[in-house]
Amino acid sequence: MSGPLLVVSNLCVSYGKVEAVHDVSLAVEEGSIVTVIGPNGAGKSTLLGAIMGTLPARGGVRYGGRDISRMTVEQRVAAGLVLVPERRELFGSMKVAENIELGAFARLRQGDRAALRVRDEVYARFPRLAERAEQEAGTLSGGERQMLALGRALMARPRLLMLDEPSLGLAPLIVREIFSIVVALKATGVSILLVEQNARAALEVSDYGYVLETGDCVLHGPSRDLAANPRVAATYLGQAATP
Amino acid sequence: MDLTIAALLAQDGITNGAIYALLALALVLVFTVTRVIFVPSGEFVAWGTLTLAGLQLGKASGIVGLLVGMAVLAGLMETWRCVRAGELARLPRALALWCAVPLAVAAVLWFAAPMGFPLLVQVLLTLAAVTALGPLLYRVAYQPLAEASVLVLLIVSVALHFTMLGFGLWFFGAEGSRTPAFTSASFTVAGINVSVQSLLVVGTSLALIGALALFFGRTLYGKALRATAVNRAGARLCGISPEFAGALTFALAALLCGFCGVLIGPITTVYYDSGFLISLKGFVGAIIGGLASYPIAAAGSLLVGLIESFSSFWASAFKEVIVFTLIIPVLLWRSLRTHHHEDEE
Repeated sequence: MSGPLLVVSNLCVSYGKVEAVHDVSLAVEEGSIVTVIGPNGAGKSTLLGAIMGTLPARGGVRYGGRDISRMTVEQRVAAGLVLVPERRELFGSMKVAENIELGAFARLRQGDRAALRVRDEVYARFPRLAERAEQEAGTLSGGERQMLALGRALMARPRLLMLDEPSLGLAPLIVREIFSIVVALKATGVSILLVEQNARAALEVSDYGYVLETGDCVLHGPSRDLAANPRVAATYLGQAATP
Repeated sequence: MDLTIAALLAQDGITNGAIYALLALALVLVFTVTRVIFVPSGEFVAWGTLTLAGLQLGKASGIVGLLVGMAVLAGLMETWRCVRAGELARLPRALALWCAVPLAVAAVLWFAAPMGFPLLVQVLLTLAAVTALGPLLYRVAYQPLAEASVLVLLIVSVALHFTMLGFGLWFFGAEGSRTPAFTSASFTVAGINVSVQSLLVVGTSLALIGALALFFGRTLYGKALRATAVNRAGARLCGISPEFAGALTFALAALLCGFCGVLIGPITTVYYDSGFLISLKGFVGAIIGGLASYPIAAAGSLLVGLIESFSSFWASAFKEVIVFTLIIPVLLWRSLRTHHHEDEE
């Protein structure tokens, strides 16, 4: 197949009169990790919401060569475009196992009988979830909740997985675990669009990066170059700019 | 009051309470999944009774007219949506779902009505017809407003209640109907006369509640509805569309209301406008459960039935007053005990 898996062109998203994302274009190559970094309120989550279809947007969104800008959220999920939102949005009063099962809803509804077989892979990747399968999701710790959100998303067998701040509010050790899982997912062929405030970790694991500031894409390039860029280093990596 | 009268009143109360419990469950279900306060549930109850009564007289024109009207309306709305979105390829499937299915149900009723089928078949036909109306009402009235606030949805519900009342009068007429008892058998336990009819009502309600529990606990679609109730945004991201959840919810709720109509038919005479008062009692039960808890709502409805039956003995003129006054201490207690959810509007 030719061309990137996801192509976003001149995307604009407004909340009323306030434009939160302005003319942003980006691309995700199949099998790569692309990160979007930037400060709070830069429009990173808004960008993901618009790609997922939860927020109305103007501009082009092509996925797998098809224009998906008029598709509903559910159609995008069924096509393998899956978002793990910043708030996780778990089913708190339902069991962990039920959360996992519902991750496969779109596949099951399409008549994919084998959809639940992914569950074994998910439990193998997150043994903690298997231990807590009968517990309510609301009783999990922050790290476990993030793992459940990831596990639920994997049940949809994503082709492009979008992660919104997966490290938010987690202990450093768990952050490292989450990022190693992200890298492991890439090895299985899943493309990943990663939004992060933890720029250092995000640039380490990703292939390509975009820097978003107040709704504009101010910089983009291979992650290694971005990490070496003095302005990025000073603003996002907390290093003194080398003169 | 001696023990015999108390036992009779209790039996009455439990029978009615079991019917209110079904209504309360329908109201809790609809509210948790779609945030709609299902005021027109009473109309579904009344239409259930009136349809069954009509079938016994060999007529089905009322419900058939309603089904055809709603199906045509839903079909027009779907066509408009597909044409506007430029997705004509989706039109045949949409029309099959929203027009062909309800029209088929209407056709079956039309042809079955004069045949004089046994009561059980007529009950099943009634339930099928009323259930088909549920998703149609959701499609026509609520789906376009899915993002509206709870208050707007409530206002729409009240408007629908009056609209449906009018259509009920038009299609079923002003005559009251009562359906014959399923059985007139009774037996005596420890000197107390127990009618099989009330056992049947209570048994049906219990069986339905059990079936619902299985549906929500074991099946994928049941879990999907619960997930939508718990977290709508999360459910969408799993591919559970609000439209699908809403239509399924309204089908279930209409089925429950249809059952209420069938069960209450032999107990009381039902007119086109009798449903509202019945559904209000289910609503009191649902409020006791905070419009959230199924078991408390069912228990609350049983309490409503018992209070109603005992107050009709002691102060029959104030029967309704006493039942509806119950809501005040309940609301007080609930507002003191529960705190507001932070992520609700």
